[in-house]
Amino acid sequence: MALTGLEIFKLLPKTNCKKCGRPTCLAFAMQLAQKKANLTDCPDVSEEAKNVLGAASAPPIKLITLKAGEKIFKVGEETVLYRHEEKFHNPTGVGVTIRDDLDGGAFSERLKKIDGLKFTRVGTEIGIDIIAVQNMSKNVEKFSSATKMVADNSHLALILMSDSVENMRSALDVCGNKRPLLWSANAQNYEGMARLAKEKNCPLIVSAPRLEELADLTEKIKSLGVSEMILDYNSARLKDVLQGLTKVRRAALKKNFRPLGFSTITYVKENDGYQEIIKASTYLAKYAGIVVLDVCEPWQIMPLLTVRQNIFTDPQKPVQVEPKLYQVGQANENSPLLFTTNFSLTYYTVEGEVEASRTPAYILAVDTEGTSVLTAYSGDKLNEKVVAKAMANAKVEEKIKHKKLIIPGLVAVMTAKLKEELGWEILVGPKEASGIPSYLRSTWS
Amino acid sequence: MEVPNVAEKWMGCVRKVTIGATKEQGGTRGNIVTVGGAKSIPYMDFEGEQGCKPVIAMDVLDTVPEDWPDALKEPFKDVLNSPAKWAKKCVEQYGADMVCLKLDSIHPDKGNKSAEEAVATVKSILQAVSVPLIIWGCEHNETDNAVMPKVSQAAKGERCLLAGASQDNYKIIAAVCLADGHCLVTQAPVDINIGKQVNILVSDLGFPLDRIIMFQTTGALGYGMEYVYSIQERERIAALSGDNLLGMPVICNVGYESWRAKEAKASDAEAPQWGSCVERGPMWETITAATLLQSGVDIIRMYHPKAVAAVKKFTQDLA
Ligand code: SF4
Repeated sequence: MALTGLEIFKLLPKTNCKKCGRPTCLAFAMQLAQKKANLTDCPDVSEEAKNVLGAASAPPIKLITLKAGEKIFKVGEETVLYRHEEKFHNPTGVGVTIRDDLDGGAFSERLKKIDGLKFTRVGTEIGIDIIAVQNMSKNVEKFSSATKMVADNSHLALILMSDSVENMRSALDVCGNKRPLLWSANAQNYEGMARLAKEKNCPLIVSAPRLEELADLTEKIKSLGVSEMILDYNSARLKDVLQGLTKVRRAALKKNFRPLGFSTITYVKENDGYQEIIKASTYLAKYAGIVVLDVCEPWQIMPLLTVRQNIFTDPQKPVQVEPKLYQVGQANENSPLLFTTNFSLTYYTVEGEVEASRTPAYILAVDTEGTSVLTAYSGDKLNEKVVAKAMANAKVEEKIKHKKLIIPGLVAVMTAKLKEELGWEILVGPKEASGIPSYLRSTWS
Repeated sequence: MEVPNVAEKWMGCVRKVTIGATKEQGGTRGNIVTVGGAKSIPYMDFEGEQGCKPVIAMDVLDTVPEDWPDALKEPFKDVLNSPAKWAKKCVEQYGADMVCLKLDSIHPDKGNKSAEEAVATVKSILQAVSVPLIIWGCEHNETDNAVMPKVSQAAKGERCLLAGASQDNYKIIAAVCLADGHCLVTQAPVDINIGKQVNILVSDLGFPLDRIIMFQTTGALGYGMEYVYSIQERERIAALSGDNLLGMPVICNVGYESWRAKEAKASDAEAPQWGSCVERGPMWETITAATLLQSGVDIIRMYHPKAVAAVKKFTQDLA
């Protein structure tokens, strides 16, 4: 729980020596409480005060870092329950499993497939982050050779899945340049796992089917010197897990409950290709730090990664498309030219309707700093000068002969000024994008 | 170790709305559907009732859809030219809780069909299926204002759900819904304030709040879903916090929106790297629905039977 100014004051030297640059210890304490000062400004502060204040100011959900060579994967340090309150910070990791009991050919084939799970959408590359090696064989050699194969051949971050401390240790010796995540410590093996995690400086997943047990385990493991943990609330029921993830997030953020102040992981096991992605998407939206799946078909992974792309979009920041001239279908110099703004939602809606019209066309995405048509117009981010500049930048004159520009119906008022500025004929399009197909069919045939 | 109780204490709730009327209630429906009633964040029933299970309304178009990809046409190929048969198939074979008749062809640019034709279609569907009916206008204000009153009159007493009332066009539809005993969809363009405003406008006309379903224009996965997700999440929180004028059940238009996405409709030849379109389209629809459910949704309009089956299973698991 955050400390009040008075609570902090009690921990300070109370000498009012002013070395911190504040007139009194109390003034300094008040600023600390408001996070406007740094404890290091007071040279005389006691070790005890440092510990207490340090712990109180630590983020409520611990940040965990995995490494795969140069690449770093981070999870944790979330600050809100709902994305509209601020935003979600570290996108949920998506991982796919690989069993160590697959035979050589099947193993390398799957490894290659998993490693290649990336897609490009809305101009951004999205891909999975993690590969999880499962010690299904229970055999130590198989586990370490599978781990070595993965560590040497995959660019992804690594999770090692085994209940055996001994098997885990041998796999850890062949992880190369990766800093893996160990799955898992449970009520039976936590002492050994915690010691191993501490020795190898690796984060540790803690598994239990009840939150109370998880809280017990994290405290015990903490006392063994491991602070980097991730919680695995491993109930088989969808609703239990969903509620568990919410309870953990709320306990950490609303109650500052340290024993559950960690990110979470869920392993989705389903024999149904749809339910597996439904569950993974649900957990992803509602607070899982990492989701791990067995399935890896593009038609399953791409929607899941798109959910992540959507949910982790900063709601404060409008998403933009590159402001330029886009070609839809086999457009040529006689095709219609429409302009809209570079707010991606606006742009893609227009693009979708132009496509639906089956009329090849050009769409000019005008840079309005990612705002919608009306917002941009009323904020003067959309005026005849802005449109003229966009047309010049895109060299529209070289590509289109007819000198006719279709403008959004919502800004019909721009017609006269645009005509004057561009010397083009201005056609007022429909107010709603859904009117575009019929508009194009009736005006451009 | 004891874990702190994190249940929120909410003062408000989402109202319950009943759609459809049986014989005793003055209609002809075999069953009615009640939605809403949540007193908690979606599915967090440790803090209060989670309300009625979300229901699925399968869309039926009043005209043969021209632009549907093959993967979507396939399950309906024998019924696409008959809305009544189409509706029957949705209910009997695919387990739709409701049917949503989309009156596309009354639109001046999409067929310009007459009100009489629309009425005939509505009647044929009411005959063919016994589940409650949603009737969705063509979203061309003048046309809807001319056609919907006749449609409403023809279905009088059936307690259908009619769409919809918007900020700049609500008077006629609200009046006929009130007169003919239907429920009403109030719609807004992904804007919580406008959503509330439309509710105020229709309630000022005397329309009862317990017959309203809210609709924020749905965005598909990858195409603005997150905006609707957050608006609906805010609406739910506002309702639970006691805002009466946002405490209505919510409907989403998932089928139509998802199948506009390239990821859903592109053929295998166009997008070999995305996997088979036979699964890809239904999956896109499924995941749009499933994710939006977490923001608080009571009625989901859907297209593809595979997606319907998957989402049904999911809502059962969440019940
Ligand atoms: S430096 Fe430390 S002891 Fe001195 S006034 Fe500041 S807080 Fe007090």
